[in-house]
Amino acid sequence: MTQPRTDTLEQALAQNRFEWWDSLRELGRELKRDKPGLIGVILITSLVLMAVFAPYISPHDPSAQDLTARLAPPVWYDKGTWNHILGTDHLGRDVLSRSIHGARVSLWVGTAVVLCAGGFGVVMGLMAGYLGGRTDAFIMRWIDTQVAFPGLLLALIILAVIGPSLTTVVVVLSLNGWMVYGRMTRSAVLSIRQSPYVEAAEVVGCRWPRILFRHILPNLTSPLLTLAILEFARIVLAEAALSFLGLGIQPPATSWGLDVAMGKNYMFMAWWLVTIPGCAIAVTVLAINLVASWLRLISDPQEREKQYARHMAGVMRKNLLAALEKEKPPEAL
Amino acid sequence: MTGQAHNRPGDSPLVAVKDLSVLFDAGRAGFWGGKRLIVHAVEKVSFDIHPGETLGLVGESGSGKSTTGRAILGRVPVSEGQIFFQGKEITHAGKNQVRELSRDMQLVFQDPYASLNPRMKIIDIVAEPLLVHGVVKNIREAAKEVARLLELVGLPPDAGARYPHAFSGGQRQRVGIARALALKPRFIVADEPVSALDVSIRAQVVNLMQDLQSQFGLSYLFIAHDLAVVRHISHRIAIMYAGNIVELADRDLIYDAPVHPYTRALLSAVPVPDPPVQRARQRITCPGEPPNPLNPPSGCRFQSRCPYVTQTCRDAAPVLTQRRSGQRAACWNC
Repeated sequence: MTQPRTDTLEQALAQNRFEWWDSLRELGRELKRDKPGLIGVILITSLVLMAVFAPYISPHDPSAQDLTARLAPPVWYDKGTWNHILGTDHLGRDVLSRSIHGARVSLWVGTAVVLCAGGFGVVMGLMAGYLGGRTDAFIMRWIDTQVAFPGLLLALIILAVIGPSLTTVVVVLSLNGWMVYGRMTRSAVLSIRQSPYVEAAEVVGCRWPRILFRHILPNLTSPLLTLAILEFARIVLAEAALSFLGLGIQPPATSWGLDVAMGKNYMFMAWWLVTIPGCAIAVTVLAINLVASWLRLISDPQEREKQYARHMAGVMRKNLLAALEKEKPPEAL
Repeated sequence: MTGQAHNRPGDSPLVAVKDLSVLFDAGRAGFWGGKRLIVHAVEKVSFDIHPGETLGLVGESGSGKSTTGRAILGRVPVSEGQIFFQGKEITHAGKNQVRELSRDMQLVFQDPYASLNPRMKIIDIVAEPLLVHGVVKNIREAAKEVARLLELVGLPPDAGARYPHAFSGGQRQRVGIARALALKPRFIVADEPVSALDVSIRAQVVNLMQDLQSQFGLSYLFIAHDLAVVRHISHRIAIMYAGNIVELADRDLIYDAPVHPYTRALLSAVPVPDPPVQRARQRITCPGEPPNPLNPPSGCRFQSRCPYVTQTCRDAAPVLTQRRSGQRAACWNC
C-alpha cells in the first residue's frame, strides 16, 4: 500500500509488486492491525487445531458410557467433579470430550458444504446471469424445480439408497443448498453486467469466462461472503437434523448438531447438554463472521487503503504526542 | 485551433456507414400481444469517416448517437444498411470478427467513474487488451508498454500500481483513453468522453485526444451534446434528431451557416459569453418534444416542431442533399 513518490519509469516498474509472497506478507501486517479480524483468525485456527488433535486433548473417550455418572453437572455445581469438567449426558458420556470430537464433523461438514454448494451455485448463477437466454432459462428452471422439491425428502431418499456416511451428508446438503447461491449470484450479475466496466471489458475483447471471473466475480465478494456465513450456521444445524433422524452421523461418532439435538430432551434437567455444543457452534459462527468481515474489507481496495490511512494517522498521532512529551522542559513537570 | 490539419484523403474512407438502421424489439402490446413494438433508434443514417478525421455526432438524449457508435463497434445488431471498415463489410460481424476488429476500433466511455473496474489496478486495466489479444503473456511483460501508455496520456508512471479510486475524473478518463490506445487502434468511438467531467478538465482531455490524433493519425467518432467541445475537436459535424441525421457538414459551415431549422435552433440555444450580444440575439425555439421512437411520424421526423412545416414534410421523409460544398441537409424547405 505504501507508494513512495517515484519519478522515473524504472522506479515505478520496480514499485509494482507481482510476487504472491509479498502480498501475503502485506496481508499478515494488515491482519495485525485489524483486531476483530485477528481474534477471528485465532479462534478459527484454534478450533481447527482442536478438531485435528481431538484424540490427544480430550480427557475421555467421547463414546465411553458411565451409567453411574449419568447427567452429572459441570464442575462448579456441588455435585460436579473434576473428572467431568462440563458434566455428562444421559448415558454418562463426557460432554467436554464430545464437544471436542464433535468439532471434527461439524467443521468439516460446514466447510465442505459451503465450498461445494457455494462453488457450484456461484458458477451457475454467474453463467445464468451473464449469458442469459437459453442458459439462463435452463438453469433457473432447474433451480425452481429443485427448490419446489422438499429438501428433506430428497435427502431421505438419497441417504436411504446410498447409506449414511459423512460424504453422503456433504453431498446431500450441497445438493440441497446450492440454489440460494445461484439465485443470489444471478440477480447480482444482472445488475453488474450493465455497468460500463463490463462493457469496457467486452469492447476490449475479453472472452466471457474472463469477464465472469475477473470482472464480475470480484465485485460480488461482499454479498457472497455474507451469504456463505449465514449458510454455514444453517448447514451445521441441518447436519444435526439429519443426524437426529438417524441419517447423518452414526453413533458412536458425534457432532455438535447431534449433541444439541439429543440434549434437547433433557433441557430442563441438564441444560449443559444443549448449551455446551450450542456455544461451540455460536463461537465458530462468530469467528467466521469476524474473519469474513475482515476479508470483505481487504477485498475492497478502497476500504483497504482507508484502513491503512487510519492506521498511519494513529501512528503519526502517537509519534507527535511522544515528541511533544520529550520537548517539555523538565522543570514544568 | 484545430482543423487546419483537415486534409481529406478523398478516395478511401476508414469507416463508411450506409443507410444504417437499428430497430429494437420492445416486446408486444395489446391484449393478445398482437402488435409488435419496435423502437426506431436509428434510421437510414449514412456517413464516412476518413483516416485522421474527427466526425462530431451531436444530438439530444435519445436521438440515437450512442446507438450509432455502438452499431459500428458491433455491439448492437444492425437491422438494415451496411457498415464498412477499411473497405471491408463488417455489418453482421460474428463474435470472433468483432474480437479481431477490437484491435482496430475502440471505445472511450462517458462515465470515467463507472468504466474502470474498482477492483483492478490501473496496470491491469490498461494491460488487459494486450493480454486478451495475446500481445503479451503476462502483466510483467506488459509493464513497460503500460508505463509508456500512461506517459502518453499524461499520467505519472507510478499510477499503474494504484486503484482507480485514487484518481480524479479527468485522470480516470485518461486511463480509459490509455486502455483504448493499448492495441494501437485506427478508429475510436468516443461516447461523450467529456460530458461527465468538470468543465475545467474538459479542455485538457479534448486537447489530449487531439494530440493523440495528430500523433497516431487516429479517426474519431466524437459523440457529444456540448456544441462548444464538438466545435473544438471535429472536422465535420453530423446533427442527429430522432434517429436521423438532419445535417452533415464541415465544422465551420455548420456553425456559420446552418441550413436545417433544427440545427439553427440547436445553435441558437448555445449562450454567448457576452451579455449584450446574448441579449440582442434571437432565440429560435421549437416547442414540443421529439417524437416517440416507438411510433415515429411518417414523413419528416422534425415536422411536429418545425416552424416551416408544409404538407410535403408530412408526406415524405427528406433525404440528405447537397447544399453547399461540404454541407448536406435533410429538409424540404431550406
